[in-house]
This record gives sequence, C-alpha cells and structure tokens, in this order.
Amino acid sequence: MAEIQIKNVAKTFGAYQALHDINLTIADQEFMVLLGASGCGKSTLLRIIAGLETATSGEVWIGGRRIDHLSPKDRGIAMVFQNYAVFPHLTVFENIGFGLRMQKLPNDEVTRRVERTASLMHIDQLLKRYSGELSGGQRQRVAVARALAMEPDVILMDEPLSNLDALLRMEMRAELKGVLAESKTTAIYVTHDQVEAMSMADRISVMHQGRIVQAASPIEVYRNPSAEFVASFIGNPPMNFLRAKPAGAGKWTVAGQLFDGPTADKPELQFAIRPEDMQPAAEGLKATAKVVEPLGAHLLVTCEIDGSLFRAVLDSDMTVRPGEVLTLAPQSNRVRWFDPETTLAVA
Amino acid sequence: MSQASMAASVPDPQPDPDATPATNTRSAGRFLYVSGVVLLCAWVIVPIYFLMINTLSSPETVNSFPKPFFPEFDLGSLTFFAGFAGMLSALKNSVLVAGMTMVMSIVIGAPAGYALSRFEFRGKGTFRLLILLTRAFPLPLLALPLAVMFIRTGLDDTALGLALVHTTLAIPFSVLITFSLFSGIPIELEEAAWTLGCTRLTAFQKVVLPLILPGITASAIFAFVISWNEVFAAAVLTIENRTLTAFLLQNLDTSPLHLKFAGGFILVVPALIFIFAVRKYLFAMWGIANR
Amino acid sequence: MNARILPYVLILPVTLFLCVFFLYPFVLVAKQAFSTGACFTMENFREVTTYWKFPISMRNTLLLAAAVVPIQLALSLLMATMVTRMQKGRDLVLYIWTIPLGISDLAAGLIWLAIFEQSGFLNTMMNGLGVVDKPVNFLSYQHPGVVFLAIALAEIWRATAIMLVILVAGIGLIPKEYYEAAEVFGASPWKRFLRITLPMLRPSLQTALVLRVILAFEIFAVVAALGGTLFPVLMGETYAYQFDLLNSGAAAAMALIILAISIGFTLIILRVLRVPKGASI
Repeated sequence: MAEIQIKNVAKTFGAYQALHDINLTIADQEFMVLLGASGCGKSTLLRIIAGLETATSGEVWIGGRRIDHLSPKDRGIAMVFQNYAVFPHLTVFENIGFGLRMQKLPNDEVTRRVERTASLMHIDQLLKRYSGELSGGQRQRVAVARALAMEPDVILMDEPLSNLDALLRMEMRAELKGVLAESKTTAIYVTHDQVEAMSMADRISVMHQGRIVQAASPIEVYRNPSAEFVASFIGNPPMNFLRAKPAGAGKWTVAGQLFDGPTADKPELQFAIRPEDMQPAAEGLKATAKVVEPLGAHLLVTCEIDGSLFRAVLDSDMTVRPGEVLTLAPQSNRVRWFDPETTLAVA
Repeated sequence: MSQASMAASVPDPQPDPDATPATNTRSAGRFLYVSGVVLLCAWVIVPIYFLMINTLSSPETVNSFPKPFFPEFDLGSLTFFAGFAGMLSALKNSVLVAGMTMVMSIVIGAPAGYALSRFEFRGKGTFRLLILLTRAFPLPLLALPLAVMFIRTGLDDTALGLALVHTTLAIPFSVLITFSLFSGIPIELEEAAWTLGCTRLTAFQKVVLPLILPGITASAIFAFVISWNEVFAAAVLTIENRTLTAFLLQNLDTSPLHLKFAGGFILVVPALIFIFAVRKYLFAMWGIANR
Repeated sequence: MNARILPYVLILPVTLFLCVFFLYPFVLVAKQAFSTGACFTMENFREVTTYWKFPISMRNTLLLAAAVVPIQLALSLLMATMVTRMQKGRDLVLYIWTIPLGISDLAAGLIWLAIFEQSGFLNTMMNGLGVVDKPVNFLSYQHPGVVFLAIALAEIWRATAIMLVILVAGIGLIPKEYYEAAEVFGASPWKRFLRITLPMLRPSLQTALVLRVILAFEIFAVVAALGGTLFPVLMGETYAYQFDLLNSGAAAAMALIILAISIGFTLIILRVLRVPKGASI
C-alpha cells in the first residue's frame, strides 16, 4: 500500500512563494498527473515528495509513514528525470542495476531484475552500451527501467517525455501507461502537456501560481472546470467566455440572447462554452467570422461575438468566408458559468 | 565550424566562379591566413628551438660565436648542469614543492568549487568576488611578511612553507576551474543517484568523482605548473632549500651561459608536457570560470 | 548533512587558508609599510619614492606594460579569431600557441637571452647576413632600446597565451546564431567581428586584461634574466630592498605601491569594459 498524502505543504524561495498550502491525497496505484504551465510549482512539489527539495512547512506521508524528514534514498521512491540523468560513465546494465547495487543485492538478483526490466522496456539489446551511444528515446527507456528495477512504492516522473520528438512521445506515452499499470506502482507525473495529462492520468491536478486549482479525473477537468483558469488552460482551442448580464430568476442575457443559467445574485457572470459545442442553427449567437482555418478533421473559425473573440470548431464540410455572419447555438448541457469576481464555477 | 561563425577579416567566402578578381582576393586571403598561422606557430616554437640547440650543445659551442642552427646532440651542458653543486637538489625541491602545491590546492579548492556550483547560499556572491579579487593582488609580494611569520613557526626555508604560499597562488584557479568543471556535470545525475539509494557522499563517489577525475587531474597539473614556474616567492622564502627557479635566479650573475640555458631548458620541458596533457581542458576550464 | 550548512563547511578550508596566507600577511605588509619601529609613519614611502631609482623603475614598469599589453591584446584577438574559423589542425595550432602558458617568466627570459646575448642567435644571423662584422653586446648599457625591446618581446612571447585561452573560451560561448543573423543582415566579416564578437566578448576581455595588467606590474624574472640591473622595475627593486639592502619596511612600502597601481588599473578596466545589466549572453 502506497497512498501518498501531502498535508499543508508550502515552499518559499526567499521572498517568492512557490507553493501555497498544498493538500493532496493520491490513492495507492493511482496515476496522478500534475499539470500546469512552467513556473506553477509542479516540479517543486514533485521534488519535495522526492526529497530533493525541502518544504518550508507541511508534511508528506507515503504508505502511512511520514517521510518529509528522510533523505531521498529512504523514501521508497524512484524518479525519472527530464534529461534522463543516465550516468555517462556506466553501461546501460550498470545504470539499471545502480540502485540495486546500492541496496547490496546479490549479483544474480541484480542480473535477474536488470534483465527483466530491460526486456520490459525493450532495451535488452543495449545492456552493454554507454549512454553516449544511445538515442534520446533509448536513454528515456533506460531511465524508466532504472526506476522500475527498484520496485519502488512510488515512481515520480518529471516531464519525462518532453525532450522526445512528437511521434516518439506518442509511442512512449502509451507504452509508459501500460508498463506502469502493470507494475501496480503509485505514480506522480509532472507535465505541461495537456494531451499527455489527459491520455495518461487517472486523475489530473491542475496547478497555477503555486496552488492546486482542481484535482479530478481528466474528463471531469475537461467538462467541469472548477475555475476560469482550468477552463482556459485545458482544451485546444480553450473554452470561450462571454459576458452575461442578469435578466431575472435564473435567466441571463449573452450578446443579446436569453439563456437559462444559475439563480445567483450577481451583477455579472461569465458564460463559457467549448468551441466544439457550438453548432450552426436558425437561432442563436450572431458571430462574424474573422479567420477560417481548415484543419482537416474540422474547421476552426475565429469570430467575433459582441466585441469578444470567440472560437468555434465546425464540421469540415462547411464553407465559411471571413466577414460572413454565422448564427451559432450552444449545446445547452455543455454551457458553464463562472463568477468573474472569484473566477470560480457557479452551479 | 561553419562559415558563419568566423569573424576574421577574410574576404567574402561566397563561391562565385565567374568573378576572377573575387577568386583572386579569396585565394590571396587564404594565403595570408595560412601564412599568418604558420608565422605565429614559428614565433612560439623557434625561440624554444634556439634554447634547445644551446642545451644540446657542448659548453664550448654555447659560449662560442657564431652559433650553429642545429643541435650537435652533445650532453656536455646537461652533464655540467647535473654536476653543478646544489642543482639536482634544487630540481628535487621544485618537484616536491609543486607536488605539495598540487595536492593542497585541489584538496582545499575543490570543495569550494563544488559548493559554488551546487548551492545557493548567502554570501556566495561575496565569496566568489573574494576569490576573483585574490587574483587582483600581486600575490608573490605576500611572501615578504610570510618570511617573518615562517621564521617564527619554523616553516622558513622548508618545502612545505613555500608550498603553502604557492597554494595561495594556485587556489583561486583551482576553485574557479573546479567550479566550472562541477557545473559541467548536471545536478540531475547526482539527484538520480540520491533517489537510487545514495547519500550525498556515496553519490559523489560513485557518480561525480569518476566523471570529474580527468578534469581534476588537469587542474592539479595547472597548479603544479604555477608552483613550478614561480620565482619571486621561491627566492624570498628559501635559502638552503632553493627550488630550481630560485636557484637559477640567485646564480644568474655568476653562472656560465651553458648552465643558464640547460637550467632554462629543464624548466621548459615539463611545461611542454603539461600543457599537452591539459590541452583539452584549458578552454573548458576558462569558459565558465570567467563569467 | 544539512544542505543549509554544507556549503559553508565546503568553503571553510579555502576561507581559512586565504585568511592565514592572504589576508593576514596583507595586513602585515601594510603594518610594516606604515611603521618604522612602533609608530605610524610615512617614512618608508618617503624613503622609497625619493630614491633615485624609483622614478626610473616606475617609468620602466609602466612603459613596459603600455607597450606590451595592447600588442598582446591585439595578437590574442587575432589568434583567437584565426582558430575559431580553423577546420584542420585546430588542436595542434592551439597546443603550439598555448605552450608559453606553461613556461615560467624566468625560463622565458633565458630563452630570449639565447637570442639576444653577445654570442647569441640574433648576432649569428646578423653576422651571417653581413649586417654586423663582429657580435654586438646588445644587452648592455649602450643599447637601452634593445634591452627594452628584448624584454618586451619576451613578455609578449610568454604571456599572450593566457589571454588567448580566455578569449578562445569566451568566443566559444557566443552562440553561432548571432553571426548567422548578422550575416543575413549583410554584415561583412570585419563588421561581424566589431559588432558581435567584441561586445559579446566583454566579460572575457575584462578577465583577460585584468589578469594580464596585474601580471605586467609584477614583471620580475624576465627582466632579471635579460636586463639585470640595466633595466630597474618595481618588483625588482622590491626584491633588492628585501635581500640586498635588508630593509623590509621599504620592501613592504614598494609592495603596497605595486598593489595600489594594480587595483587602480583593475578598477579602470572593470569600469571601461562593464557589461550593462541584462545585456550578457
């Protein structure tokens, strides 16, 4: 059992507060992704869990044991680094076996575990090579194998795929997900790539300015963002926002159109809808097309509604010319509402 | 090296087969460039060659006129050098002092280089500045007061005393050079070792040390050369146990030419070997160190 | 060990060492220079500066630095740009050019003595060409110009290498893209050198010049080997005070004067070549 609990963790670098009061519980064998833009504190949080950084305050527990005062080697974790950190002076075999040798395991046990993880990562042909003779993708595999060979309770990954090219990244993504699921290890995975996060995670923690804004399943994060930041960070293109004025008893006016909304006593709300949830209709929002981008699978139209920029993803069979006025209707169960004061979602 | 990265004043490198004048200036420029390089190489080598002729000639030839332009491979001068009273023990002292300097400057300097490359700590900027500033002082001058201090502590006229002063000379270099070497090793390698069961110390032993060893050797050699070549402090601080440089300096007025040249040559030979040994590191060492 | 105190533990040896062998003797020099016996006095300074050799040795030292350092700077820049564009034989040429880096000033003086002495190679060559019919004693008081030239040549020969190494390392740090961009915008190789290499090289130029100028004021053994007493310099006079005249107070005062000149020039170089904040690579 390796449940991870992060309790009130904060971190300051001088006057700069990198993490504010983080609370997060990661279940045993869960695949948790920390997602955010660079500088949001996701790597700092991971490094605090690993013991490479010391939290200014707060506690970290793994499997019911408080570990934040322990050095990295005593935490039962293994880590995969962004630049792989494959030791250049050791062979692939010795790299994978490095941690096992540190544990003073007998030779045959080391060999057995190295060979098993190497074949799991399809690098059994490379065991005698040095890191200088490996490609980026192969080094990546060595780094993962080295972590898995430790048979850790928790595996921590810091942007492990970000240095690979797009095709390789897609391939490794699927493979890594399969290998980790099989190893039954709790995993924390840091990335700034939302596609990676959506495709691999059991749960995503979206981080922003040193805080976890939302921690939920990928589809929940996508469908029901808890704050404007999540809505505009997740999804490509991101969610559209339009200003809504109250029109009495759960009714709101958006760009001259009346919509059903929450019964909140607010002077203004943000009406939010994903680009793909807009359909041309007889009645709806009047949108003037500005830029039309045929993307093959669909048509991305950037238009203007009520003076605001607005994107719609339409069927690629449609022909839209710049300057044309479209009438677009939102799919009503996909409309979300945000309070501009708190930037949080309003039910 | 791509054409774009050149910065010398050499004519346009664009190939243009039609324009003969352009081709002419280009080959003229090429000629100028190659002969410039050859000339500058000769500028360095020829004087050393002259010294070598003198060293490998008999004392009579060294003192005669005109001089031959080829060595006669006579070991007379060198034999005379070896037999000259005190010369061999001076040579031994030089090696001893330089060896101690080498060890001390690395043992004392490398930890600081590691600290500078791996930690952010209060006072780091000041510390770095202090190290750099020591280079701004005519350090051999400090030998004057140290002479008094050494007499009191019994370090006067000993190899250790001189090595301590030479270590002061070499330490700024060894700190900055090891700083630059350690910075060249990604901290992630160490962190990976920590997560794989290493303590700070074992990670250093198993990962950093094997990677840094060639560079450390290079900077140790550099410290050796600094001590080997130092004249002023050596002359001030030693009386009986002269190093080779101090011995030669002391006897400049009285010793015959062939002795001076043989001594000079013995001073030069290790330099040739050492610079060859560290050539790969010279530039990397200065790269980060002078930021 | 705690990561907060570990760095201090690591820099402790160097700090202690420098305190004992750098700061403390420095204080001692100062104390010795400003006292004869017990009380504070400028007597030592008065003594050394009024000695008839002082203005000569001061002038010689400054003149030598003024002649040698600019030539070394130009030469090392030329050599550095030459190796930068070199494809074949770069390692060999760099090795040859950096050989003098390992050669002591005393050995360099002796090397050039082999050329300039009365039965030396210069006389042999001039004799062979028929310029002179019997060997000339160049390094004598009758030829002060030649003595100066010999010392300057030996210094240029010996100490250009340290600047070369610093500049080559500095040029290596300049990203190639800047040159490519400049070339695209139509800058000639000469303009690229002026507009990109030189400004980008400022930190390295700073280091190289500071180191070189300080060493130029410390010139001692080259002069001792080539000029002897014909060409007095500050450091040589300091040595003479200490050993021949056994006047350590005066030697200390000389040391402080050399130190003051070094610091003065260091500050000027740092000021002139300062890099604006945020303008570094």
